[in-house]
Amino acid sequence: MTNPTPLQRWRGGVVPLLLLVAAEWCLHGVQSDALAPPTRVLASLWEGLHDGTLLGASAQTLLAAVGGLAIGGGLGLLMGLWLGLARHAAAAAALSVELLRPLPSMALAPIALLVFGFGYRLELFVVAFTCFFPMLLLTQAAVRSVEPRLLEVAQVLGFSVGERAAKIVLPAALPRVFVAFRLSVGIALVVAVTTEIATNPQGLGYGLIAAQQALAPERMLALLVWVGLLGWGLSAGLLALERRWFRQGAPA
Amino acid sequence: MSNDRLNWRGAASSVTVTAVLLAGWAVVTHFEWVSPVFLPSPQATAQALAEGLRDGDLLALAAGTIERMVYGWVLASLIGMALGSLIGGSSTLRAWLQPMLEVVRPLPASALIPVFIALIGLSPAMVLLVIAFGAMWPVLLSTVHGFAAVEPRLSEVAQVLQLSRREFIFKIGLPNALPDALAGMRLSLTIALILAIVGEMLASQQGLGTAIVMAARSFRAAELFAGVALLGLIGFVSNALLGAAERRLLRWQR
Repeated sequence: MTNPTPLQRWRGGVVPLLLLVAAEWCLHGVQSDALAPPTRVLASLWEGLHDGTLLGASAQTLLAAVGGLAIGGGLGLLMGLWLGLARHAAAAAALSVELLRPLPSMALAPIALLVFGFGYRLELFVVAFTCFFPMLLLTQAAVRSVEPRLLEVAQVLGFSVGERAAKIVLPAALPRVFVAFRLSVGIALVVAVTTEIATNPQGLGYGLIAAQQALAPERMLALLVWVGLLGWGLSAGLLALERRWFRQGAPA
Repeated sequence: MSNDRLNWRGAASSVTVTAVLLAGWAVVTHFEWVSPVFLPSPQATAQALAEGLRDGDLLALAAGTIERMVYGWVLASLIGMALGSLIGGSSTLRAWLQPMLEVVRPLPASALIPVFIALIGLSPAMVLLVIAFGAMWPVLLSTVHGFAAVEPRLSEVAQVLQLSRREFIFKIGLPNALPDALAGMRLSLTIALILAIVGEMLASQQGLGTAIVMAARSFRAAELFAGVALLGLIGFVSNALLGAAERRLLRWQR
């Protein structure tokens, strides 16, 4: 393999850069309620970072996303371990899971609104419900894929269910469980922002809607860019961790 | 034979667990351990559902949501597959564009709703565009991925046969990318339903999304739960239909 030339390495950035330049050129000096030139968006982003509004809103959104993930994802993980290990329990739960899983996350927002009112609890509930199912199903699949001979060894050694989970299954399934966690982080952030846009007046999502209603396109687009950066950064960081910790990748 | 018995027992226990959960819901509401303002009984929910369906109110609302979801999803699938084939079919375009697509991918589609509102206004067209745009990404990216994963020897065969780009896309690329594209379409159907609900809520279009928000605001819990149950049913049925279609379309693979 020859080393890539600089053009080959950076060509992915060429088109976005050209698009940004074109946007700057087209929108310069244009008064619009919907669009703003990239330089003004950047300035607004800088300003938001400086006066702390952006970080405050990010903290609200991230707290809801991470908290919801911890609750829903944690429960999903435990239940996934259980259903992965106990075939009869998995068969018994199948119908209930299949009936509840396709519930669109945002349909639950009004229920949470009715029960909790505006605030963190509404968002935590919606995020937790949404993260529960992918974590459950992917963990269950990960446990199922554990080499059966390992489980036989555990049986011969007379391990209890808890010991089997802690000593054999979790270490073997960990790479794939981490993939499930990485996907769930992405889902949690998306759901948190969506809940804020649709119902809950706090965080980045509400900031987006508020900026649109205030006819401040540069603030709206700055928030959009920030949400994008946040999501991309989280997923890239987790992917890097995954490669570092489980270098050989998920065992087949 | 014994496997059959096991399946039967699994199905029976599965139904039992669901029935027990429903019974638990009924017991909780019967003794009012949770205020009926928040949690209506299953009977009240079923009654609200039956009444809504009989009057046709609920049916009309559901039809609005389904229509939005399906139109947006079809648009998203067509555009996603077309763009995905164009980009995926050429290794040059892939090299130049894929990094940008990967960066845009984790962006929540709902975060674009304010931008679309600012551009187009609170109209049905806005909701449709948001759905189409948001649901397009899984199809687009998985189609590109499917094209990239075409067996290199097949590409060589295409070169030897001097297939044109169009012939390559339709004869080799698309059939190869179909499993990926279909998996993307399944994900995008879920996204389409969620975006239809959010779009309705924000743009006050007639549909189940708006209806459940109104029901929640006026503390009509039974109607709220009936609407949510209906949305769950829409998600369940559409997913099952697509799964069946997928198995049929991909039968040649096995």
